[in-house]
Amino acid sequence: MTVKTTDFIVVGGGVHGASTTYQLAKAGYKVTLFEDRYLGAGGSGRSAAGLRQHFGTEVNCLMAKYNLQQFPTLEEELDTGMPLEFKQWGYMWVAYKDSVLEQLQKNVNLQVSLDIPSVMMTPEQIHARWPYLCLDGIIGAAFCGEDGHINCQTLTLSYGHAARRMGAIIKTFCPVEKLIAEKGKIKGVITKDGEEWHADKVLLSAGPWSTPLAKTVGIDLPVYPERHNLLISEPVEVFECPMVLCMDDGAYFKQLPNGTFMFGRDDQDEPRDFNEGNSAKFLEGVTTSVLKRIPAMRGVRVVRQWSGAYDNTPDHNAIIDWTPVEGLLVNCGWSGHGLQFGPSGGFLCKQLLTGEKPFVDIHRYRLSRFAENDLFFEPAFI
Amino acid sequence: MAKANVICRCEEIEIDEIRKWIAEGYTEFDELKRILRVSMGPCQGRGCRDIILRELSKATGKPISELRCGIIRPPVKPIKFSLLAEDK
Repeated sequence: MTVKTTDFIVVGGGVHGASTTYQLAKAGYKVTLFEDRYLGAGGSGRSAAGLRQHFGTEVNCLMAKYNLQQFPTLEEELDTGMPLEFKQWGYMWVAYKDSVLEQLQKNVNLQVSLDIPSVMMTPEQIHARWPYLCLDGIIGAAFCGEDGHINCQTLTLSYGHAARRMGAIIKTFCPVEKLIAEKGKIKGVITKDGEEWHADKVLLSAGPWSTPLAKTVGIDLPVYPERHNLLISEPVEVFECPMVLCMDDGAYFKQLPNGTFMFGRDDQDEPRDFNEGNSAKFLEGVTTSVLKRIPAMRGVRVVRQWSGAYDNTPDHNAIIDWTPVEGLLVNCGWSGHGLQFGPSGGFLCKQLLTGEKPFVDIHRYRLSRFAENDLFFEPAFI
Repeated sequence: MAKANVICRCEEIEIDEIRKWIAEGYTEFDELKRILRVSMGPCQGRGCRDIILRELSKATGKPISELRCGIIRPPVKPIKFSLLAEDK
């Protein structure tokens, strides 16, 4: 068997893997990405694709700020002919309880200190700005008008397309069987087709599939899948309804650039596996919950529902760190807010892989925090 | 100019657009679905799926029976939200 060599191997073709591959190819490195299915087949392409700077931890805010600096010009930069549908219609966190409102205020204070233009809004201000919203019982909200939406599928595919144009090898429908290491150092991967590829540095960015892959070189990742559902409506006239996230039952909704509406809702009873099937319980539950908040949607039709897995960690924050296997970097465990971190995650991983100084302090994302019982809780997660 | 050969009526995608992306190397139905939204509209591919699979078959040399054809999701036919919501 011939062994192929490259500078860098990326395992997992979600937005983080594709973005890292793009950054490495742009910098002139030889990089090969391996993806089990097509680019964005996992959580990236199944995401609600919200873009926000509303986080309650400094490093997430700084990373989110970087993302929002990239998105406005990204379609032009990647230049693939695929529209990214970037819109800044805003993102609102709606509180029904004092304790929730207090936390939102704390988050907003942090964001403002980092020059993120978030504001707190009263129920009266919300009603005046979006009279079609029927948010009975709310006591206030946090809102950021710079936040918004992007097409999660063309985002991931565009990174891959641009990377390929710059010389990267993107191998789709080419699942990795196992990582290979020797004397505590990463050596490469073996694919299910039996190909062996070697590189001194390997990035594992396979979402919840990172856990079984890391295990093949003896690394335990506390990352597990959890299914989340979404639905989409037929298009209606565009009125730029922002993302509205209701902090009572976790329901959320927004209008998309083509006029359709997306509804989602969290459910603790969803399976914690890789199931990407359908749920009648979701369809009825989310519709009941969302129609109360936006009754104008009653006569509109639902077109489709779908689902995909979050890659949860115990503290709902990502792991971006070198593993105990020398040369093996992981970037996974984004717990549901990973899609929008594609730009910053890719840039950061490129910096780490090429030995540059990372643009943010990644200490809080370290893998050892779980063993040290020094968890990094993100207060703003959905 | 009016579109000449629209094969996905939900998203108004012409056959030339399908062929262009196939030529770019996207030979999976699921990839074309995600680039162009074909089969994501109200008919979920009733109009375009067979035509796209035929194009993919021509491009790849594989019979249609060996191609992956994407997933059709509930509720299959669009229904009003008010029919699904429990009124309380």
